[in-house]
Amino acid sequence: MDLFVALALQIIYGIANLVLISLGLAIIFGMMRVINLAHGEFLMLGGYTVVVSTNNGVNLWVAMFILAPLVVGLIGVIVERCLIRFLYGRMVDTLLATWGLSLLLIGLVTTIFGAQTSTTISAPFGPIQIGDYTSSGYELFLICVAVLLSLAVYLVLRLTKLGLVARGTMQSADMAAALGVSTSKIYMITFGLGAAVSGFAGALLAPITGVLPTIGATYIAKAFITVISGGAAILAGTASASVLLGGINGIMAFVTGPTIGEVALLVAAIILLRLMPRGITGRFFRKNL
Amino acid sequence: MSLDRRSVLKGASAATVALAAPGIIGRAQAADTIKMVSILDQSGGLDIYGKPMVDATKLAVEEINGAGGLLGKQVELKLYDPQSTIQFYTQYATQAAAGDKAHVVHAGITSASREAIRPTLGRFKTLYFYNTLYEGGVCDRNTFCTGSTPAQTVEKLVPYCMKKWGKKVYIVAADYNYGHITAQWVKKYVADNGGEAVEIEFFPLDVTNFGPTIKKIQAAKPDMVMSALVGGAHVSFYRQYAAAGMNKNVPIASTTFGVGNEHTLISAEEGNGMIVAYSYLQEIQSDANKAFVKRFQDKYGAKAPYLNELAARSYEAAYLWAEGVKKAGTTDQMPVIEALEGGVSYAGPSGNISIEPKTHHAIQNVFLAELNDQKFTILESHEQQPPTDTLLVCDLKADPNQAKFYFENGLEAAGIK
Repeated sequence: MDLFVALALQIIYGIANLVLISLGLAIIFGMMRVINLAHGEFLMLGGYTVVVSTNNGVNLWVAMFILAPLVVGLIGVIVERCLIRFLYGRMVDTLLATWGLSLLLIGLVTTIFGAQTSTTISAPFGPIQIGDYTSSGYELFLICVAVLLSLAVYLVLRLTKLGLVARGTMQSADMAAALGVSTSKIYMITFGLGAAVSGFAGALLAPITGVLPTIGATYIAKAFITVISGGAAILAGTASASVLLGGINGIMAFVTGPTIGEVALLVAAIILLRLMPRGITGRFFRKNL
Repeated sequence: MSLDRRSVLKGASAATVALAAPGIIGRAQAADTIKMVSILDQSGGLDIYGKPMVDATKLAVEEINGAGGLLGKQVELKLYDPQSTIQFYTQYATQAAAGDKAHVVHAGITSASREAIRPTLGRFKTLYFYNTLYEGGVCDRNTFCTGSTPAQTVEKLVPYCMKKWGKKVYIVAADYNYGHITAQWVKKYVADNGGEAVEIEFFPLDVTNFGPTIKKIQAAKPDMVMSALVGGAHVSFYRQYAAAGMNKNVPIASTTFGVGNEHTLISAEEGNGMIVAYSYLQEIQSDANKAFVKRFQDKYGAKAPYLNELAARSYEAAYLWAEGVKKAGTTDQMPVIEALEGGVSYAGPSGNISIEPKTHHAIQNVFLAELNDQKFTILESHEQQPPTDTLLVCDLKADPNQAKFYFENGLEAAGIK
């Protein structure tokens, strides 16, 4: 029983982890159809913001909740203005350009901070006891944050004027422009928002992962698989794909080991995309956000 | 004008001679310096290993030249950065051997990169040094492997930790050749010391969520965890392990943690109490080492990386080769090989290091150390350890014409199932 609870919690955390690393990409890819291959580096920059600012005496929570989204969001806006905005509608070109951007970001961080930066932070909250088992309190916290973050994105897109205008722009940019919306500005804000969410996720993961300039590569594949499997709806897609893939990965990793766990995740995604080429939300939850 | 086959061939051969001539002149001029080529990743995922190795190599060559060079000539160090890409390794190895006419090549971090260039350098008869700790098993007259192998580190670490913590061992390792082979050695030494390896798990190099495994470790209730995890993503294991409070209950021992300076990538409380084994640690309290660390830090200033086995061994291997050249009185491949086989030794920061002639691996000191506040404290030192693992399969004295890698497909060659 204890094992069951501890394992269930672990699997839910695996799902929350996928939601966190994919949500920023889902916003940028799902809304703007921009394949952002520098997504992993946005996560890395979020982590670096936390490591560097805490090394300089900034409070961990300030660094995580304020600095990281701000810094990475700002970088996102700059990237959109200098690079992405020339490439809308040219999917393969954005792919190439953002790949170059990812190399540039890795190179820049390595040049400025060196191949590695030592850290002083460890996961807050300590362990929690579940019978014979212990789980990380911080992972429980991350599950809550993933839920709240998804909720916040939902509320912004559904209830605010910005959300409405953004969704309208993504559906039909010409029509939105005809109605007096500055679509260029909306694109910039959406990209910045996606980058900020990625940076925030990277910051949240910083205390329980290694933060290195090249670490982005380990996230990018999983984030893409989750977003593509999810399909067109940003939140419903990311959430449903995370539940499916994260669940399968967690269970298989526990039963057979991590290698088969990773393989199972990929096989599940392949079968899913064979049966539903437009992702889960291409068939289910179509009307959702 | 008619162009028949014969005149074309004549013309072509004349052109070849003309083209080759500058090459010959170039080689004659090059004899003024001794050429050492270093091929190590300074960018890409392996740069955390490669950069300190390059820094240490540069320091060694600078010192050798400062002391008057070798055989009255200066050593010219040429650096190539293969960018963590195997394809560049083969390209630069060919360039070093055929283009630069290097007298020695120090290269390679992963076993894959070593195996990519070892045949090339062998073919060109270019002396090759591989200075990374690895799984053992290379048996090649042209190649010298100076890093520590599992028999030197795991063999010492496992009994020490089992005596201290208990006999049930859970093994976690990276899912590639090095991890698999090291895990087999760990299992063997655990059994040899009367213990039990309750589980062995392998992790692809990009796994960052170790939650399910940590639950499995809790369910298995081992006395200790032996880690052969590798690379940046696997640093997450130690952090998530500590976040679940496990580091206080089930301690970790490792022969890979620290060599990428992982101990600075996790916080002090996450890493405290871990025990590692290496043939060099920056904290070795000998005068030779203190002086070495000071010289290194003076040269590279505040940004000087932590000195691990890879960096120190790159430095020592450059000197070891230099000693070989001095004894041979030439930089030619075969006399230097014979000199190194004939008991040349170098007293470096890690202590005395020499070449074991049957295997071309290093006889070296091995240190056990405990991590406290992101620094290692030396617990034990073992003097002059031979590479007993590779000695099981390799005898270059009996059969010098070998260029094999025996443990490529596991440890069957050594009789271990």
